[in-house]
Amino acid sequence: MQQNTDTEKDLQTRELDAICVNETPLEHEWYHNLKYLIIGILFGIVFVKSEVVSWYRVQEMFRLQSFHMYGIIGSAIITGMISIFLIKKFNIKTIYGEPIKIAPKTFNKGQIFGGLIFGLGWAMTGACPGPLFAQIGTGAIVVAVTLLSAIGGTWVYGLLREKLPH
Amino acid sequence: MLEFLKQPWAWYVAGPLVGLTVPLLLIIGNKSFGISSSLRHICASCIPANIPFFKYDWKKETWNLFFVFGIFLGGAIAINLLSNPASIEVNPKLAKELADYGITNYDNLIPEDIINWQSLFTLKGFILMVIGGFLVGFGTRYAGGCTSGHAIMGLSHLQLPSLIATICFMIGGLIMANLILPIILSL
Repeated sequence: MQQNTDTEKDLQTRELDAICVNETPLEHEWYHNLKYLIIGILFGIVFVKSEVVSWYRVQEMFRLQSFHMYGIIGSAIITGMISIFLIKKFNIKTIYGEPIKIAPKTFNKGQIFGGLIFGLGWAMTGACPGPLFAQIGTGAIVVAVTLLSAIGGTWVYGLLREKLPH
Repeated sequence: MLEFLKQPWAWYVAGPLVGLTVPLLLIIGNKSFGISSSLRHICASCIPANIPFFKYDWKKETWNLFFVFGIFLGGAIAINLLSNPASIEVNPKLAKELADYGITNYDNLIPEDIINWQSLFTLKGFILMVIGGFLVGFGTRYAGGCTSGHAIMGLSHLQLPSLIATICFMIGGLIMANLILPIILSL
């Protein structure tokens, strides 16, 4: 019983205004994570080849000078939407036979304040978190400083969390 | 085939491929697509400092760290094996504006004229890289997600909070790029 409440508390902390949290009773060996590594690699290649990770493309987007980024994000959303619709309609399960669960998001003011703050940073660095990793991969080692700073920003948010309006 | 892959990819090729990550992650392991959480997991694993927000079993989210390490490797593979020798083409209006700030090098995906080790120790470079990075990390966590978690995963799942967050990302970016960045780049 005690263990159950602990697991639940742990899940709640992880779910705290977070994304990509899924609890599963299944235990896997570490090498099952390699499939995420492979998807990450493919994803990183798409990022670089489509120039999503380019500082210039981000500047064009925010100056409304190019359709490129809007086209990518827009068509990605439509693809994702159709996929989730199909998963739900046909009750598609994971490869381990589990039902697919997606946690709903609840509104809080952080989405407004944090969203604006992230927007400012996105236009400065020309990268959201994903592209930061890809940019370092392309040999722009100095971007590691930006990444470390982003980790610092996340840490400071964790520190101040209780004092911020949500 | 290889020549074809080496060209820059059009939006209508890249967008659906990015979107397919959503069902792929769900089907292979019930994972919701999201990248900025990796920054939180790094904090939780390396510098939790007894902060409640970082006190959770980060080992259960290791997949996310494998995923972002893959993105890093993907970047390296794309640039070394599939790179296109031509410079990046940008809108002439942007090129003209950037030339005024001394940005003329289009050899890389990032502007080497302002993002390099020397400029890190100037006010302009420090603001762009260190402050900019800080805002990305702080803002994404405060908002509960980034472009992947909110804009792509959240909107795919028809979540209103994600729509609000995405609109705010765009407003922040528009303000920075058009009103504040010109001042920073003039430093």
